[in-house]
Amino acid sequence: MKLLVVEDENELLEIIQQSLEKQSYIVETACTFVEALDKITSFEYDCILLDIMLPDGSGLRLLEELKKTETSNNVIIISAKDSLEDKIAGLDGGADDYLVKPFHLAELNARVKSVLRRKSLNGNNKIELARLSVDLHERVATVDQRELLFNRKEFDILSYLLINKNRLVNKTALAEQVWGDHMDEADDYEFIYSQIKNLRKKLRESESGVEIQAVYGIGYKLTAI
Amino acid sequence: MNLLNYTLKYLYVTLLIVISLWAVIFYFSMIDEIRDSLDDGLENDKMLVIQKVAKDKATITRAGFNEHNYSIRPIRNQSAQNIKDNYKDTMMYTLYERDLEPFRVLTTAFKNDNSYYELKVVASTLEQDDLVRSLLYSLLGLYAAILISILVINNVLLRKIWIPFYQLLSRLKVFRLDQDSQIETATTNIKEFKELNTTVTALVEQSVKAYGSQKQFIENAAHELQTPLAISLNHLELIAEDNTLSNSNMESIGKVINTLQRLARLNRALLIISKIENKQYGAVERLVINDLVKAMVNEYQDFAEAKSVKIMLEETGVFETVMNKDLAAILISNLLKNALNHNVPNGIVNISIAKTTLEFANTGKDEALNSTKIFERFSKDSSAKNSTGLGLAIVKSIANLYNFHLSYSFNGRHRFTINTMP
Repeated sequence: MKLLVVEDENELLEIIQQSLEKQSYIVETACTFVEALDKITSFEYDCILLDIMLPDGSGLRLLEELKKTETSNNVIIISAKDSLEDKIAGLDGGADDYLVKPFHLAELNARVKSVLRRKSLNGNNKIELARLSVDLHERVATVDQRELLFNRKEFDILSYLLINKNRLVNKTALAEQVWGDHMDEADDYEFIYSQIKNLRKKLRESESGVEIQAVYGIGYKLTAI
Repeated sequence: MNLLNYTLKYLYVTLLIVISLWAVIFYFSMIDEIRDSLDDGLENDKMLVIQKVAKDKATITRAGFNEHNYSIRPIRNQSAQNIKDNYKDTMMYTLYERDLEPFRVLTTAFKNDNSYYELKVVASTLEQDDLVRSLLYSLLGLYAAILISILVINNVLLRKIWIPFYQLLSRLKVFRLDQDSQIETATTNIKEFKELNTTVTALVEQSVKAYGSQKQFIENAAHELQTPLAISLNHLELIAEDNTLSNSNMESIGKVINTLQRLARLNRALLIISKIENKQYGAVERLVINDLVKAMVNEYQDFAEAKSVKIMLEETGVFETVMNKDLAAILISNLLKNALNHNVPNGIVNISIAKTTLEFANTGKDEALNSTKIFERFSKDSSAKNSTGLGLAIVKSIANLYNFHLSYSFNGRHRFTINTMP
């Protein structure tokens, strides 16, 4: 999978690149409108991460250029603008998703994966780790063909951790993803813990071969034992 | 009271005073003129009588008010010396009116053949009370005529002249910086209105420009602040994935991440407030608050359970209102968060929804909060470390934006009420 990251902030660009390379993607970068335009007209990418505020042009114009190339590019806009109008303008312009800065790397990872999944025609929605297999579309989790029963939140947590498998997921990111956008200002995340506890128990009892590690003060990580 | 009637009020009072004063002066000067001309006539009569007496002495005996307008009576020498021409008003009986009527009397003395005589000449004068009455009536008539003609002129002519002004006013009333980019003005020939039109047009242009640049500034501020925050947070997230770090290092990174997240929340909250106050939340729609509250309660259920707080919802009506959906969600979640965060273990949050009110009542500290301060920015409970101190300030801004009435009261429970009816 080949990705292009268009972002004028060098440091952020580096971080995004590093984070995505951990997922074994080939990541190319562009810092300016001109550079980005040059790359999108010359090469084809599976997914493009696009900052719409560039020093020498609007990312929305890049979207128009992308439409002209008639290649099936997937675009995720990353922007500091969080107003509904901006989101609508971006999505109407042909973007597949819209991510507001600051975002968690886990969230970026999940969005990229989701866009890539939608793109692949086979529609393979299964993610596997050790003996655990989760079909994100059908919302079914199995261990050796045996179905595991989870409530909605447990399943959401598990799939989010699984998308970011072997990576640290910030508990704020988890709370926003599973409990809703308005949870970000909750002053503690104890409520996540009780769900994690149940989830751990079910994963252990089913001998799935995966476990949820708590990373002190930051969040959780799903790994194979 | 509108401008036209306001000036009329003063005009009416001033006119009344001026006309009354004028009436008094007119009255006295008229009386004076009449007396003057009567006295001249009496003087003439006096001379005629004295001439007549000189020609025919019998006139003295024929004199008397019964037949003539003069009377003569003999007097002694000394008293004749003291008599000077003297005019005065008196009352005499007239046959025609069958009553006492006012007369002007000239009393004088003359000498004929070494005898002295006192002569009185009279002339009928006008009745002063009649004069006053007719003067009053005609002045009242004049006053009424003036008032009516001013009213008519005002309502027909002036109203027509003021049309451009009222048109401008009604356009200004509906003008919204976030929607309109200019204002239309009616054409007029009046210099002041022309000036007003150009001034307002220029002002609107300026405001629209300032509003635009302010909006731009806010957006840029968001960009400029969110990006460094994003960089720092994401950097730390990457570092935290390094398995070689010790637990204590990890703990420190966790703390910095939490602090940065707080900063990001604070920045976002400030941006929300300034966006609300700049009326940059545009599109509104008809919302059923009950549904939004239920959805939000559902989102916060686990959070409440972790805090051992029970949320109870009571609906006595359907609360419908027209507002921006994002703002409605922010309003409800901030009130709910506030009720949960400042609660006690095994506490309760009672949410009641009626047709025009939404109320959050929660258990918590056993004393009332300062109701004037709680809605101010950064007024926060020191025990809530992670609170931005902006949650209720945002609620207040949203309430102000839509003219909702927001109040706080305490009766064992902390009660926050939103009311759409004042």
